[in-house]
Amino acid sequence: MPQLLLELFSEEIPARMQKRAEEDFAKLMGEKLKAAGLEPERINTFSSPRRLGLVIEDLPAKAADVNEEKKGPRVGAPDQAVQGFLKSAGLASIDQAQIVEDKKGAFYVAKIERAGRATAEIVQEIVPEIVRAFPWPKSMRSGVSDLQWVRPLHNICCVFDGEGVAIAVEGVGSARVTWGHRFHAPEPIEVRSAADHVSRLRGAKVLIEREERKRIILEQAKALCAAKGLELVEDIGLLEEVCGLVEWPVTLLGDMDAGFLDLPGEVIRLSMRTHQKYFAVRDPKTQKLAPHFVTVANVEAKDGGKAIAAGNARVLSARLNDARFFWDTDKKTPLYTDERRDKLKKIVFHQKLGSVWDKVERVKELTGDLRNFVHADGNATRRAVDLSKCDLVTELVGEFPELQGQIGRQLAVIHGEDAGVAAAIEDHYRPVGPSDRVPSEPISVVLALADKLDSLGCFWAIDEKPTGSADPYALRRSALGFVRIVLANSIRLRLALLTAIAVGQGVSISAQVQSGALQKKMADALRSAAGTAAFQDYVRELTRTDARPSDGKFERQTEREILSKGRDLLAFLADRLKVQLRDQGKRHDLVDAVFALGDDDLVRIVARVEALDAFLKTEDGANLLAGYKRAANILAAEEKKGKWSADEATGDVDASKLAEPAEKALADALSKALPAARAAVEREDFAAAMKALSTLRAPVDAFFEKVLVNADDAALRKNRLLLLTRLRDALSAVADFSKIEGS
Amino acid sequence: MAPDKAPRCFQDVILTLQTYWAEQGCAILQPYDEQVGAGTLHPATTLRALGPKHWRAAYVQPSRRPKDGRYGENPNRLQHYYQFQVILKPNPPDLQQLYLNSLVRIGIDPLLHDIRFVEDDWENPTVGAWGLGWEVWCDGMEVSQYTYFQQVGGLDVRPVSGELTYGLERLAMYVFGVDRVYDLPFNDPDSATPLTYGDIFLENERQQSRFNFELSDPEQNLRWFNDAEATAKRLLGEGAVLPAFDYTLKASHLFNLLDARGVVSPTERQSFIARVRDLAKGCASAWEKLETAQ
Repeated sequence: MPQLLLELFSEEIPARMQKRAEEDFAKLMGEKLKAAGLEPERINTFSSPRRLGLVIEDLPAKAADVNEEKKGPRVGAPDQAVQGFLKSAGLASIDQAQIVEDKKGAFYVAKIERAGRATAEIVQEIVPEIVRAFPWPKSMRSGVSDLQWVRPLHNICCVFDGEGVAIAVEGVGSARVTWGHRFHAPEPIEVRSAADHVSRLRGAKVLIEREERKRIILEQAKALCAAKGLELVEDIGLLEEVCGLVEWPVTLLGDMDAGFLDLPGEVIRLSMRTHQKYFAVRDPKTQKLAPHFVTVANVEAKDGGKAIAAGNARVLSARLNDARFFWDTDKKTPLYTDERRDKLKKIVFHQKLGSVWDKVERVKELTGDLRNFVHADGNATRRAVDLSKCDLVTELVGEFPELQGQIGRQLAVIHGEDAGVAAAIEDHYRPVGPSDRVPSEPISVVLALADKLDSLGCFWAIDEKPTGSADPYALRRSALGFVRIVLANSIRLRLALLTAIAVGQGVSISAQVQSGALQKKMADALRSAAGTAAFQDYVRELTRTDARPSDGKFERQTEREILSKGRDLLAFLADRLKVQLRDQGKRHDLVDAVFALGDDDLVRIVARVEALDAFLKTEDGANLLAGYKRAANILAAEEKKGKWSADEATGDVDASKLAEPAEKALADALSKALPAARAAVEREDFAAAMKALSTLRAPVDAFFEKVLVNADDAALRKNRLLLLTRLRDALSAVADFSKIEGS
Repeated sequence: MAPDKAPRCFQDVILTLQTYWAEQGCAILQPYDEQVGAGTLHPATTLRALGPKHWRAAYVQPSRRPKDGRYGENPNRLQHYYQFQVILKPNPPDLQQLYLNSLVRIGIDPLLHDIRFVEDDWENPTVGAWGLGWEVWCDGMEVSQYTYFQQVGGLDVRPVSGELTYGLERLAMYVFGVDRVYDLPFNDPDSATPLTYGDIFLENERQQSRFNFELSDPEQNLRWFNDAEATAKRLLGEGAVLPAFDYTLKASHLFNLLDARGVVSPTERQSFIARVRDLAKGCASAWEKLETAQ
């Protein structure tokens, strides 16, 4: 079957847009062809700096014929209905319709037969539509043309079944012609098919396939390095970008002045990558950067690339000279200076949340709260907080924002700060991604937690929470990072209190920024209340999912707002934990069952989930769950019928009314298991708690086998329902079993 | 394609580019006599890009960036340097080729060097202008900015102009293999009085850097900024667009001087930029009306 080749030839398309453009082109083409009655099985695409194209094999020469019957109005229907039918069926007069009889009478039927249109004609029609509506991230006009394209479009090469197809879009014409490499082969080239296009362009020093260009770059780069006993620092993102900057990759190894190797390695690597698009090279023995780089040119130079390599080396030296100037300037002063602090006071963290230095001060307060739960030296921690953002106003971070933290650490080390303090400056941003290291040194841990908690609390305070896919301040990442640090270091936090304090600080600063006056610090009120009974009650209530803002002490408007936002933030953090546990393969219903208890200690929650998971995998556990479900169902049914109320459920089991041996045995087992389970929960030995509960399994099974709960004798019945209520309570000490699925 | 006589000094590069673009039908203008931060701000580009009339011009423009001063100590950075500016309106379809030919003329052989068009969308928020294009790389060195103007003064431009900016010092340093700008030969190195770029500009960089960072008077400059703004508005009210534009340029440069002294906070910065942009927009729309009416 015939083949379609389409190539849109333009001035240089930004590298980052090419891959996506291939996908969009294939999608739009597929949709339009389908709408025209053609369904290509597969659309292959290609792109380079100057071209975007596609090839479809096996496209029929014309679209399928259309044969359809269109039912019209009854014979004798009003003229208006008949006219409408003629119009919709495309008939000139009603004589062209047939009359068909059925049970209800005679009606008109139009037989529509349309020959399928020629594919070339369809392509002529849809390509201009696609070109005009192409979803480039940014497009432009050029000269006097009305056409919008990513950069000026010069030609459309369209060949169908070996023939050129004439297409015109706003003055840009088509032909079987394209052009090769800008400098090596500037003459027009005529192509007859997709294979011809690939091979003629290859002859004209253009490789249209991205994958081929990437493969060649990588092979050449590795070979160049290997020949000198070096090793390429591979970089997939850079490879993708570089392959979008060349049509004919020629890889060259350049020399870097070895004197620059005393700059921080990251500075060199970033200079190479972001500014120059070079690959870094290292010494395989030491794993340290070697004084070389790999650049990918777009030309086979007459001198074998000597001038290009030398030129690039000079440009890199100029760049690194700049970096060295910055680094030398930065090194002259200690990391913390009053001048740097004053600069941080001028940088806006967020319009409603004050400056970066305001954030530093809030973080310092929070590290004080966190040190109630993590043992870290107070002075060292406060020092680390003061230093934590100072590198943001260094020259080098101004030039390379990606190096925030790393430059701060290096400057701290140079100026003799404590090692733990220096490490915390770099690590407080961690973990930045799923594969990133989680801080474990005490000062780093406290600072990293405080920094994240502050961002979360503040943005919660001003209602800038993540919504759907929009998360401009990366708060999900902060929350997940927070949870990971807590779990990895087994830190026991009173999270309900901490989230409320963090939100309280956010509310205070936003009030300050808005009114210009210093407001009473709401967080301080919370801190001072933290030890009181009212606050303990509040925390307990807060952690219940159905809780409402508490009465009494926390009734005032602002305090209510803080508490309700704090609770919302706590729920958000709990959600991150759920996601984390689910990712580890923990059953989501078990997670829910433990969350329903309203605990705010993430470490304890995980311990409960793990114990529960292990318990339910045992036979005792599975059977006890079945017993629980049965008990709960009976109680629920009685409650629904109004025959059992919460008031009645608070009574004690009357030992004298235990008639059957099986119910005596259950009561006996409960009276031992319940205190044992509670005591184990108290000392957080959840495995022991489960074990205590597992002693209930046999008595519960026997109870349901031998004892009729709904006895005729009201007293017996009441006593038995009480027994089941106690059973339900006993299990609730470790989890809300009603949330657990299965039996 | 090889040039008859390859340039040997800084001024040869300028003369060669002027001759080349004159051959392409450009009016060769002289620098604008206001202090500006970039060649684009010359009315021959900013204003002439607006309206329906065709236009071709090329010129050298001294550009002042007070913040970039390095007291003559940095081999690459200058607070006063030269740009060579070309504007073709509408841009001819073969503008890229015309541009590449100009590089050949100053001695850059595209089969010996690696010339690349790398995405770089140009924007000048103080005059509400933006366009799409590239920075042009020669062996990894940015030698020009190439832009298709889309908006100026917040107005869509039709037809579209192609704008080329050559960073002359950088380009010359590259062509002559010089690592320190002050070592560039300015005139013919074999002439009776050979002069380097440093002979002409080193002392200027030292003194002007001192002025920009230490001696300028922020309070006075703030007053002058307010006065320049008020005058530009008054002139716009009188329909005197070109004088109003001069005062807009003065305001823009005064803002740069204030910025160099570090007395502009990030929030104020936005408001200063917005004030200059409002003036530029006023000039742009008044100029466009004038051009369209004629």
